[in-house]
Amino acid sequence: MNLAELQKKLIAVARTEVLDDRVPYAFEKRVSALLASRVASRVAPQNLDLWVRGLWRSAISCVAVAMLCGAWTFFTPATSASSDDLSQNLETTLLSSVDQNDQAP
Amino acid sequence: MERTEAELIAAVLKGDAASFEPLVQKYSPRVFATARRYARRDSEVEDIAQEVWLKAFDKLKSFRGEAPFEHWLMRMTVRTCYDFLRGHQRNRESSFSELSEPENDWLERFVTAPEAASDNADAAKLLIGRVMEKLSPSARLVITLLEIEDRSVKEIARLTGWSVPLVKVRAFRARAEMRKILAKMTKDKYL
Repeated sequence: MNLAELQKKLIAVARTEVLDDRVPYAFEKRVSALLASRVASRVAPQNLDLWVRGLWRSAISCVAVAMLCGAWTFFTPATSASSDDLSQNLETTLLSSVDQNDQAP
Repeated sequence: MERTEAELIAAVLKGDAASFEPLVQKYSPRVFATARRYARRDSEVEDIAQEVWLKAFDKLKSFRGEAPFEHWLMRMTVRTCYDFLRGHQRNRESSFSELSEPENDWLERFVTAPEAASDNADAAKLLIGRVMEKLSPSARLVITLLEIEDRSVKEIARLTGWSVPLVKVRAFRARAEMRKILAKMTKDKYL
């Protein structure tokens, strides 16, 4: 069998085939919807980025304020020399009922 | 008033995605016709076309407007079809023993009287479709563009992104590959 001839013949057959250029119904609408959803999904991370940046900034300022408060309480000298400080007063108040029971005859 | 292609493209680049729709509507028939040369199933053809348009939207910034939009789009279509062929190479495993009766009859007719075998026979169309499916992706692309669509080597180089010498080499190999497939097919049948 002449293969070159067969090849030529089959290619000639392929050339005669009419191209089918039908497009499915509303294909362009489908592509547009797909593109719109992609664009929207690209916008969403941008909004998320803004939130993340803002929250990080506020976290940094919160830490700064906490450190300043800590430093202020650490370095501020005690105003009164008495030992009746706040913790002592709290303890006395909380344990007052127990003390009363102990003192009772 | 209807907007020109350049106006539509400029609008899309400015962020108006809706302006892309008229372009999709205008050029989809060409994209579908090209995709049908490489894929048989409707779902595959549709996937290719959709992929082409998504790529076109994403890469629209790279369109400089020096050549018509259609040429730029067809380059993208051909390359997407090539990617599709490379991704579906397993489909080439079928054997020629599954030839239908009309296909066998056409081959018989060709063997006895080559000139009597008609060019328009549906069986011959099925046969060439089968042979094309057996070709490697690059061979199928080259045979389609060079032999069936009758494009020049330069044009193929532009469409595929290959160099001119590479197209020539691939065309030579593609013809040899096709002859090998035909030899196997006729050997299966007549020896």
